[in-house]
Amino acid sequence: MNLFEYIRPASTAEAVTAASEPGAAYLAGGTNLLDLMKVGAIHPGRLVDVTRLPGLDRIEQLADGGMRIGAMVRNADIARDPIFAKAYPSVAEALLSGASPQLRNAATVGGNLLQRTRCAYFQDAASACNRRDPGAGCDAREGENRAHAVLGWSQSCIATHPSDFCVPLVALDAVVEIEGPNGGREVPLEEFHLLPGTTPERENVLGAGELITGLRLPADASGFRSHARYLKLRERTSFAFALVSAAAALRIEGETIRAARLALGGVAAKPWRARAAEALLTGAKPDAEIFAGAAEVALAEARPSGDNAYKIELAKRLVKRAFLLAAAGTPERVPALPASVFVSDTGVPTHA
Amino acid sequence: MPDTIPFRAQNVRMGSSSGQPLTRRDGFLKVTGAATYAADNHPENLLHAVVAVSTIARGRVASLDVDAAKAHPGVVEVITPANRIPLALDPDVKVGLFGFRIEALQDDRVRYANQPIALVVAETLEAATEGVRLLAPRYDVEQTRISFGDGEAFEPVAVAFGSPPVAAVGDLGAGLAAASHRVEASYVTPAQYHNAMEPHAMVASWDGDRLTLDTPNQAIVLSRAAFAAYFGIPAENVLLRSPFLGGGFGSKAIMNGPYILCILAARMLGRPVKMVLPRAQMFGPVGHRGATRQTLRLGTDADGRLTALEHDAVATTSSFDDFLEPAANASLNLYASPTIVARHHGLRLDIGTPGPMRAPGEASGSAALESAMDEAALACGLDPLEFRLRNYAENDPASGKPFSAKSLRECYAQGAEAFGWAGRALEPCRMRDEAGQLVGWGMGSAIFHAPMFQAEARATLRADGTALVETAGADMGQGAWTALAQIAADGLGLDIDKIEFRSGSSDLPDGGVAGGSGHTATAGSALHNAGTDVISKLTELAVNDRDSPLFGAGNAGVDARHGRLYHRDDEARSESYQSILARAGLTNLEGNGRGGRDPASAEQRAMFSHGAVFAEVKVDPDLGQVKATRLVGAFAAGRIINPKLARSQLYGGMIWGISFALHEEALHDRRTGRPMNADLAGYHIPVHADIPDMEVLLIDEVDPYVNGLGIKGVGEIGITGTVGAIANAIWHATGVRARRFPIRIEDIIVG
Repeated sequence: MNLFEYIRPASTAEAVTAASEPGAAYLAGGTNLLDLMKVGAIHPGRLVDVTRLPGLDRIEQLADGGMRIGAMVRNADIARDPIFAKAYPSVAEALLSGASPQLRNAATVGGNLLQRTRCAYFQDAASACNRRDPGAGCDAREGENRAHAVLGWSQSCIATHPSDFCVPLVALDAVVEIEGPNGGREVPLEEFHLLPGTTPERENVLGAGELITGLRLPADASGFRSHARYLKLRERTSFAFALVSAAAALRIEGETIRAARLALGGVAAKPWRARAAEALLTGAKPDAEIFAGAAEVALAEARPSGDNAYKIELAKRLVKRAFLLAAAGTPERVPALPASVFVSDTGVPTHA
Repeated sequence: MPDTIPFRAQNVRMGSSSGQPLTRRDGFLKVTGAATYAADNHPENLLHAVVAVSTIARGRVASLDVDAAKAHPGVVEVITPANRIPLALDPDVKVGLFGFRIEALQDDRVRYANQPIALVVAETLEAATEGVRLLAPRYDVEQTRISFGDGEAFEPVAVAFGSPPVAAVGDLGAGLAAASHRVEASYVTPAQYHNAMEPHAMVASWDGDRLTLDTPNQAIVLSRAAFAAYFGIPAENVLLRSPFLGGGFGSKAIMNGPYILCILAARMLGRPVKMVLPRAQMFGPVGHRGATRQTLRLGTDADGRLTALEHDAVATTSSFDDFLEPAANASLNLYASPTIVARHHGLRLDIGTPGPMRAPGEASGSAALESAMDEAALACGLDPLEFRLRNYAENDPASGKPFSAKSLRECYAQGAEAFGWAGRALEPCRMRDEAGQLVGWGMGSAIFHAPMFQAEARATLRADGTALVETAGADMGQGAWTALAQIAADGLGLDIDKIEFRSGSSDLPDGGVAGGSGHTATAGSALHNAGTDVISKLTELAVNDRDSPLFGAGNAGVDARHGRLYHRDDEARSESYQSILARAGLTNLEGNGRGGRDPASAEQRAMFSHGAVFAEVKVDPDLGQVKATRLVGAFAAGRIINPKLARSQLYGGMIWGISFALHEEALHDRRTGRPMNADLAGYHIPVHADIPDMEVLLIDEVDPYVNGLGIKGVGEIGITGTVGAIANAIWHATGVRARRFPIRIEDIIVG
């Protein structure tokens, strides 16, 4: 690890000023940043520690019926907040399906949005990576890429965004609150992360010094609470990133889907909102056939970027399953194996 | 196996300690953090060493920016091939039976990714780490050979540690020709790395020509001699302390380059040096389980009896040394067949040399054999258990010798009963749970040889009736300290709380190797014999002393228990150890013992532990996600000294079997040869939630031949049988026969 400057600002304004210098990075939970520094994948010259900034650690109910989560709220605290989990059960389930309890205790909301891809070639400083080193090339293209992107990738980069949390958030129209050198602004989470194109080093819309201060869920997002699931396929039951994940949510009145939401994880460089599939479902009867159709629409543009053609079929089947489970109704509490396709298991309590 | 020494089986006492499920003696220290592992040592004036490793797999180091590294504040020295002092031994020479060629900066050649290419020594770990980065190595890169398709094939002269590469009985052609069903299938197993919780670590301190090493080690006295040889000093000049190991799995039984470099740095700089391998460097210089590709051909007659069993294995090794996973030998000792051929081929790749990893050969070989047996059972239309029973080997198929003891039939019966195997449908895809998930049942036979090494022990009875027992054994988490102390207590006829057990240091009598599942048997025999030696001396004192109540008991003999000698014919006549020693004016009484296999028994009998593993899995029918939901293992392994620890060992082995079947695989980039998942986030081993309800049944087995104590081993057998059982259960659930490990979602949904 290189030598770096450590700054602990007392206010958001101070933080933004300190982080506006080239080579500066914000430090929050550090669960991803510090690992990348240790393996030599990134070398920030200055760390601006935002963990003690005042006012960023609250979960608030807003007057309009929405909720606001401060950027420094720890993942575990959101997932265990009873009001939040009731209103946005698929977000709680996604959170509890990610990382490990120790990491969830440390990791923050802002940090989760900003976590870097787990592409091994990004993490390995000896490999060529356009995301880490623009113009260097992409060693993942001909490398170990069975878990890589099937949507929105480019010749420059086939990495995926690893977050579970962001997947239902994108489906629910979450909004990112940002402070920067030119004041505050808001960006829909769906537009926050960027596809690689020819500039994979630009992972999101943040400019120099801009700091995520919070995340807002709009009032109508909780309207899906009775029919919302997050499902995640992975190579072990916890502490593994998704091969494919899906957040599916429905608003059902009688026999009719009034509104549908769908986002996929592990398939692209950003949490992938599937609006065409949502449109197909709106007004339809919730059944297996229409969900299968929605899955086809959601993955219509998908193509393999390597040894990962199976992920396209897998994603379709997962979307269908996620909608079937969402239609069946959100479980009373988060299942014991959050986001698992296995409901429970002998000897395991039925709830997390 | 080295030559053997006779074992005297007279006077075997197994008393109140052996057989008890005692909690491990070191557990409290470990859970409270009071146990000092190697890296917990901080001698005065300590320097920190970090190994710089190659990012290419084949070529030469063209340049290192040594000046930049040395200019970094805190960096004391950069050791490269240009300035490293000579070793007394050529690192390209193999030392002893367990020797390997090692990379100790002998030249600029790169033979695999993560090979040491320099050592940076600094006042702090951080400075040494940054010094390594500043070296910015440049390479002359040569074409890398990393996969089955591009390696250099060769016919080996030996597999594992000196075993013949081919073993054959009967006429294979005739056996296959006689078959009414033939099954042929190929299976691939991946490279796996040991990844003990505690990485390799060492603190090396020189005092003149004397060397002290704090380092985790599974073969303490043997390794002491090997370390000494590299530095040209007598073995007695080395003190190797290894009181606690955070796992070993074979990796800590063998020599490696980083250790030699750490010692060398301490010698060059005249200060103690600490080196702890970061997790990523566990993938390369410290051994691994080599990948295999195995092809089995099984012939069966109309009654489902094997007419031929051929097991052909391609085992990968490095470009510069041989350790070939003896996978095909898994077929030699388990099933009766008029002809069995086990054959190995070598494939050289640009990887670090593989080494022994928990159940070397048997783990990979059993995965393939038990899968193939399942395929053959299906071809015969037989239940997999019935098929195995029809091919039950009454004598060792490879040698024709009788088994010292074999209770596999009982394992099958009790395991099947506990699992509820009866009534299983032969066809796949017949069972679903209430949620609609596919359910499958599979089974596999488990087998592991019951070797012994050689060990020595000392027991010293003290005037207060307590005893000190000593042997340089290794407790890497398996509970050796506890089980060995139980045996020692029984050897001395003392309660266990009267025993002070000292182990884990090379200045104690040689405790042999904690490996091969032979540690308890070997070191335990030595300890028991040392106790027996003390008791015979004590008996001599008592029966020849007119003032002892035992005077003249020589003919009838005495029994030793709870710190007293009792007249065998008259329990009323007894005397305490203290009293005998006091009258003889002795402050202590020392006995010595050795452990090793009786060569006559070894000549006459085949010696193995056996078991049967039954697995249930659930598979999502659309999504291919697999979950092992139930495992039952029944094992017969001679006398069980501590059922709690033995069960833990077997659970651990079976969990490793789950890992092998469903999770574990090192991914090497096909162009550079670099391991691309060299951390515990990317290299998947199971988490708690992947482990189902498990049941281990310990089957009673009296083995009068294996050794005087009747002890086999339980360290490795749990992996065998389990991998195949899970793969077979997946087939039974889905109808998909996965023939590469680990079995992945795409294998199931595409298959």
